[in-house]
Amino acid sequence: MSTLSSGRRNVLPGFNISLGFTLLYLGLIVLIPLSAAFIKTWGMGWEGFWAVVSTPRVVASYKLTFGTSLMAASINAVFGLLVAWVLVRYDFWGRRIIDALVDLPFALPTAVAGIALTAIYAGNGWIGQFFEPYGIKIAFTPLGILVALTFIGLPFVVRTVQPVLEDLEKELEEAAASLGANRLQTFRHVILPAIGPALVTGFALAFARAVGEYGSVIFIAGNVPMVSEITPLLIITKLEQYDYVGATAIAVSMLVVSFTLLLIINLLQGWAKKRQEA
Amino acid sequence: MSTTLSIHNTPAAKAPSSTTEPWLVRALLIGIALAFLTLFLFVPLVAVFFEALKKGFGPYWAALAEPDAISAIKLTLITAAIAVPLNLVFGVSAAWAIAKFQFRGKQFLITLIDLPFSVSPVIAGLIYVLIFGAQGWFGSYLSDNDIKIIFAVPGIVLATIFVTFPFVARELIPLMEAQGSDEEEAARVLGANGFQIFWKVTLPNIKWGLLYGVILCNARAMGEFGAVSVVSGHIRGLTNTLPLHVEILYNEYAFTAAFATASLLALLALVTLGLKSLVEWRTHKRINEELPPENPQP
Repeated sequence: MSTLSSGRRNVLPGFNISLGFTLLYLGLIVLIPLSAAFIKTWGMGWEGFWAVVSTPRVVASYKLTFGTSLMAASINAVFGLLVAWVLVRYDFWGRRIIDALVDLPFALPTAVAGIALTAIYAGNGWIGQFFEPYGIKIAFTPLGILVALTFIGLPFVVRTVQPVLEDLEKELEEAAASLGANRLQTFRHVILPAIGPALVTGFALAFARAVGEYGSVIFIAGNVPMVSEITPLLIITKLEQYDYVGATAIAVSMLVVSFTLLLIINLLQGWAKKRQEA
Repeated sequence: MSTTLSIHNTPAAKAPSSTTEPWLVRALLIGIALAFLTLFLFVPLVAVFFEALKKGFGPYWAALAEPDAISAIKLTLITAAIAVPLNLVFGVSAAWAIAKFQFRGKQFLITLIDLPFSVSPVIAGLIYVLIFGAQGWFGSYLSDNDIKIIFAVPGIVLATIFVTFPFVARELIPLMEAQGSDEEEAARVLGANGFQIFWKVTLPNIKWGLLYGVILCNARAMGEFGAVSVVSGHIRGLTNTLPLHVEILYNEYAFTAAFATASLLALLALVTLGLKSLVEWRTHKRINEELPPENPQP
């Protein structure tokens, strides 16, 4: 292997061993196991694959998973932007602690989040009791799934938008104001275009995370087939019935979506970086 | 997929009125943001400790001192003790190759390292079942030789390594790329060997980033639920990690015990956030100290 593509001779040692170990470890832990899923599905043929992923129960789970994930990511886009704005632009008591706590969904194990959200959004829970009299049930319905997915996606938008807001040049806003724009116009025509790429990236990250989420959802979802059964749970159900082929087919359909999202997110981040540098 | 979260704690600048909102609008926006965070973040966090201690400290300690709980704690610690160092070595090695050398396909390699973040935890468990499970690639070989991986500790460790795979690497790669390799090259010219360069030059430069990655990696390793759930088999006292123990207790309606166990994990999360803030504050301070005072950088 050559270390000399940069023209200048690199004097540092350890290229072969560090790259070699990286590729070996990556292959053994990630690539070979992931390829197992694709190889297993390959054996089913297209008809067999399609027969599994087009059954009504699986399709219902796709609609639920992607629908609630989209809604949760949208809620996070709106409120995440608001939280980032408030944390960057305003000074108030407890700001730094709140800033640190925004990352809680990253640090709190999903199972803990799941049972805590279920307890408070159940009919007799701290928050659920206020909705119960109006006939609105949150826990054990798709609404509960939305709550859990909003929780776990919350930091993504805040943390992608926050640094861009911090770097935003105040001069632009001053210029807009001196040209007669009011604050709302300045926000729409100056600030929003500047943070747009970061906002879209945060939305995509929150969406991608929500689609695969399992731990926090299963406690609050109710898990009724066709109604509140998310796709990752369906994979587990098939596994428990020893239907490995079925479970793998559904998993591969989700992997294809995840990898497409990963590609889109990479492109978005490249776009955001360019916009920020320009 | 990027979850890199850099936080620049610059205090909100005192701005002229042309670049900020009237007092009432500000108060309203802060109010809405805090209400949202309260509903979705603070209330659930408080609820964990409230439910755990609802019946007093007696049942709380009893739930934690139970043999199944103790063995779950032990297994969680063992799993993290294997997964985190392995991913640490990998992270340093990957960052060294990627940040210090030029080679073709580098960007693609970085994307591949991020891959586990975009895979559902359930699928992370499933792929190991396909390889090591009874019907898997090595299933008959393993059962002939009486080796258990799935529904045993090795499977739990493997699934945990998978889901925590990118944490250290993705923290170190941008850091080491930004630092460049001038100092290392100087050490090399002065006659230092590879290990000396790493220990005396590179490590002191990356130690806070390294710590940051390890903290996040450890939190996820101890708290992982979905992937571990698929490969564990839920055998009490044997293959139950803390998060799985929470689930079992909860499904048996032993709510106080479930929340008591959950409170341990919530404490771990709070400690993680505290350490994380400390490291961020420390690196921030360091950057400010190293820059000339008239040119502070966020």
